[in-house]
Amino acid sequence: MMLVRMVKRPEMDKKQAMAIRLAAVVASLVAAAIFVLVLGHNPLDVYRSMIKGAFGSYYRFKETVIYAIPLIITSLGITVAFKMKFWNIGAEGQIFMGAFAAAAVALNLKGLPSPLLLVLMALAGMLAGGIWAFIPAFFKAKYGTNETLFTLMLNYIALKWVTYLQYSLWKDPKANNFPKIANFVDGAVLPKIFGIHIGWVIALVLAVVIHYFIHHTKRGYEISVLGESENTARYAGMNIKGIIITAMLISGGLCGLTGMIQASAVNKTLAVEVSNGIGYTAIITTWLSQLSAPAIIVVSMLFAALVQGGSFIQTAFQIPSSAAQVLQGMILFFVLGCEFFIQYRLVWCVGQKGKEACRTL
Amino acid sequence: MSINVEQLLAAAVTAGTPLLYATLGETLTEKAGNLNLGVEGIMLMGAVTGFSVGYTTHSPLLAVIAAALAGALGGLIFAFLTVTLRANQVVTGLSLTIFGGGFAGFVGQKLASKPVPAELKAAFVKRAVPLLSDIPVVGPAFFRHDILVYLGYLMVILTALYFTKTRQGLNLRTVGENPAAADASGINVVLYKYINILMGGALCGLGGAYLSLVSVAAWKDNITAGRGWIAVALVIFVTWNPWRAILGAFLFGGLDILGFRIQNTIVSQYILDMLPYLVTIVVLIFISMRKSKENAPPKSLGEPYFREER
Repeated sequence: MMLVRMVKRPEMDKKQAMAIRLAAVVASLVAAAIFVLVLGHNPLDVYRSMIKGAFGSYYRFKETVIYAIPLIITSLGITVAFKMKFWNIGAEGQIFMGAFAAAAVALNLKGLPSPLLLVLMALAGMLAGGIWAFIPAFFKAKYGTNETLFTLMLNYIALKWVTYLQYSLWKDPKANNFPKIANFVDGAVLPKIFGIHIGWVIALVLAVVIHYFIHHTKRGYEISVLGESENTARYAGMNIKGIIITAMLISGGLCGLTGMIQASAVNKTLAVEVSNGIGYTAIITTWLSQLSAPAIIVVSMLFAALVQGGSFIQTAFQIPSSAAQVLQGMILFFVLGCEFFIQYRLVWCVGQKGKEACRTL
Repeated sequence: MSINVEQLLAAAVTAGTPLLYATLGETLTEKAGNLNLGVEGIMLMGAVTGFSVGYTTHSPLLAVIAAALAGALGGLIFAFLTVTLRANQVVTGLSLTIFGGGFAGFVGQKLASKPVPAELKAAFVKRAVPLLSDIPVVGPAFFRHDILVYLGYLMVILTALYFTKTRQGLNLRTVGENPAAADASGINVVLYKYINILMGGALCGLGGAYLSLVSVAAWKDNITAGRGWIAVALVIFVTWNPWRAILGAFLFGGLDILGFRIQNTIVSQYILDMLPYLVTIVVLIFISMRKSKENAPPKSLGEPYFREER
């Protein structure tokens, strides 16, 4: 006799689901607080200074936004693929390839006027990211090749490629043997609005565009249908290969654009640090956002705050960066685990009432 | 530049052993239908735990056990979230990598560049296997190593026997291929997943510990340096087969050594570094084109199992 049974819930209303997620975040903060106490600090002080570290001044707020921008754009790209249940975990590689193509344009067409140069860089970045996503999509459509493993491998090839460029082929001879690629000319660096590079405007615009694309266009609808059931899509006479390929070009294109933005505005050159693991972090934020564009903005900002706040407590409390990473991991575990309680409820088969309830299940 | 074949092979075995453990571990996990992308994090947890226990207790046995337990703990976190709470496997694995990296950095912060104690060095000294080590080429390459390398060979044999010769192994295959059918035939799917994910985690932990205790023999941050991800690639490359795992692991280990030795003389080291991933993709495409049942990934890989939704 089992003591506890799980029962699938009927669709839970959004308020209740939100309440469970909030409860999970609170629970994770409590668990993390125990960890912080063990380290010998007051958790409330630590949390307060994490918030201060993320939003405490305009400078800090700016840093948080700069971290959130690539997360938002990449998550939007991943969302398009995930809607189709195409488990694209290749954003990291698509970011690298996008940055590579943008850098190729920036380094070779230095003389162009800035707006033209930036547009060309963006197009090149999107195209390269799109192609990098198209390769696994093609094999998935044709042979059913596992896309999760394929895109993961492509990440490493892209990383090694950029490493090769930085350390060998494109190494700047003027950098005193230091392995770095020459900086972009000023015209190849994205301009700023309110002190933050224009990527934030691009991210907000793209959020609206992708939201509209998924919910209000034919192709967007087809992507969702294909994700729900390939058979349904086929019976409805949809062009399956065409849908897969457009979706992946958009998905990879957005990740490639992230690469261009990071290379242009943040690194001002191509470097192996251009992605900084954003491609993987964005998978987490996409999933936590439940593939909703507005939620992506909020979740990405929160995640960015967690990272920025985490690096702030290093200096404020001498808490090592690895401890902040442990905190991040713990919070993620709690939030991932809580989805279960949104989908299911537990029935305790204990006592008279409980046994009665279990018998009727 | 001369390259001694025996030496190169022996070096490939040393470099390949952490990969071998992790590949076997991930194979066990994936055979149960769960794709754990947290191998890198689990290896780091095993590496740091093994090292710190070895450093404090001076006991090689305790160090190895602790590493395996730490790996199993990583597996337990993954199993609880993905099997019991049905969280997304990819996202959970990535989170585990973040957590494991943080855990290792945190536990290891006071151990940086501390050497392995003498007792452990003595325990993990290279010992020639009688008779086998006298075979030309093969002997010096494969049978003049430390005890953990031999334990790795043993693990290959054990997992291969487990998969093909035991009832539990056959049941495990059903769980990975078709959990609903396994459930219907009375196999405890949840239990099978838990046990194999935990054992898989323990093996990954041992792989990490081989680095910190034997081949690097010191603690340094991010000691695994991406080997966990290579192991994920290797599982595909060897098509979920423990016998091929031994060849694959030493081949990838050999490429690592070769890249270091030739240092851009023939072909750039960085291009050579791409090779494992490129060949893995080729293998992946090839098995999906041939649609051979033998070499294909477990059918339910990456998908959660909902009994209630049957």
